Amino acid sequence: MSVYQRPVHLFWWLERRAYVLFVLRELSSVFVAWFVVFLLLLVNAISDGAASYQRFLDWSGQWWMVAINVLAMLFVLLHVVTWFGLAPRAMAIKVRGSRVPAKQIVAAHYLAWLVLSAAVAWLVVR
Amino acid sequence: MAATEITLEVARYRPGVDSEPVLQSYQVPLREHWAILDGLTYVKDHLDGTLSFRWSCRMGICGSCGMTVNGEPQLSCATFLTDYAPGPIRVEPLHNFPVVRDLVVDIDDFMTKLPKVKPWVIREVQSPIEEGEYLQTPEEMDECQQFSMCINCMLCYSACPVYSLEPDFLGPAAIALAQRYNLDSRDEGADERRDVLSSPEGIWACTFVGECSAVCPKGVDPAGAIQRYKLTAATQSIKELLMPRSLIPRSKG
Amino acid sequence: MNRRRSPEPLLWMLFSSGGMVAALMVPILLFLFGIVFPLGLLSTPSHAHLYAVLHNPLTRLVLFGLCALALFHWAHRFRYTLYDGLQLKRYAVPIVVLCYGGAVVGCVIAAGLLLTV
Repeated sequence: MSVYQRPVHLFWWLERRAYVLFVLRELSSVFVAWFVVFLLLLVNAISDGAASYQRFLDWSGQWWMVAINVLAMLFVLLHVVTWFGLAPRAMAIKVRGSRVPAKQIVAAHYLAWLVLSAAVAWLVVR
Repeated sequence: MAATEITLEVARYRPGVDSEPVLQSYQVPLREHWAILDGLTYVKDHLDGTLSFRWSCRMGICGSCGMTVNGEPQLSCATFLTDYAPGPIRVEPLHNFPVVRDLVVDIDDFMTKLPKVKPWVIREVQSPIEEGEYLQTPEEMDECQQFSMCINCMLCYSACPVYSLEPDFLGPAAIALAQRYNLDSRDEGADERRDVLSSPEGIWACTFVGECSAVCPKGVDPAGAIQRYKLTAATQSIKELLMPRSLIPRSKG
Repeated sequence: MNRRRSPEPLLWMLFSSGGMVAALMVPILLFLFGIVFPLGLLSTPSHAHLYAVLHNPLTRLVLFGLCALALFHWAHRFRYTLYDGLQLKRYAVPIVVLCYGGAVVGCVIAAGLLLTV
């Protein structure tokens, strides 16, 4: 019997908006990795001394570095929103026998995020 | 004056004649309570008897009339013509399945995969019939009821890019149905299902695109079921790495 | 079945813990050091202060955890993006080596840098 098999295009993820969003979400990991590189360069500069730290500041202040980091920030925020949004579907948490509503799980994630961010910011700029 | 007709652009594929589907247009009455399926039935009864499509219950229970409507996987019995007015409406077979003829797809792959996850209540020891049913509280039923709503319509497979790229992938509905039994308080078969579910063609191939859940007409959330099972399977594997298997208590889902 | 030898559960665990710590920690650090300080929105912390913060073993431990898990998060996601997004599954072996190998190398570098502060 001859059947018709629809071909899969190389850019299949352009077919639906949800697929595009999915691919962007997955690509956020590249910017997470970029952040690790950036952080390690900062750590290296700090441990090398004040002069080296100043060089890092000058380097990270160039317009193209700021542009890269703004782009990275957008992707990281996409990661945050999608990650927290999907979290309640991967975990079924029960308190005293009843399921915790998804909204509360998401809210707890954002709360933890705010508290941690505030703590880190305080530690850095204090 | 409101339009009284709407155009259906229906994908036609005649095996052995066409090399790929071609769209054919039909004018059907635009009636308020008519679903796409009613439009297709009108075509078959009045315009072109050679059109082939599957349907049975016409009320969203049997799961046979899944089609791609304007690019979206839909139950054609639950998708209304008026929602697409003024049209035209493009009706194609479900994506990701081989097309047998017109709107009819070959579902053998799903039918082979489904029994692999043993979607039935497994007991270590069957209790005698005289003892009656295995009882369950409403709270226990709540645990698995969402996943039991699946009608095997395969819209989720049609929306899943992983399934289109990797035909060996067990797929959303089969895994959700496995979870439906894993989470059932009467079931003792989670261990038997684990080899199939936790294989590379099982849960680990899923990348949580989430479209399976978005298109599910029954609110089953297969994507959620898969992620929950990933957490269960990963926790279990790591426990096994750390301590001998015999010491681990059987877990529910 | 050889499911107990499969590394997938462990890799997924690393991926998801990495996704969680990245979501919780990366935005604020990237925002401060990548945007706020370079643009002069806040005055840059002194070298002495950051050196003191970094000298604390707890800071270094947290940063190492963040780097390691975030790298494994990237490795896992990027691997599947290459498999599915670009349909490169036939090159699974080099992709696995590139992704997880890259993460391991990154961990070693991170450990080296953080230990010698």
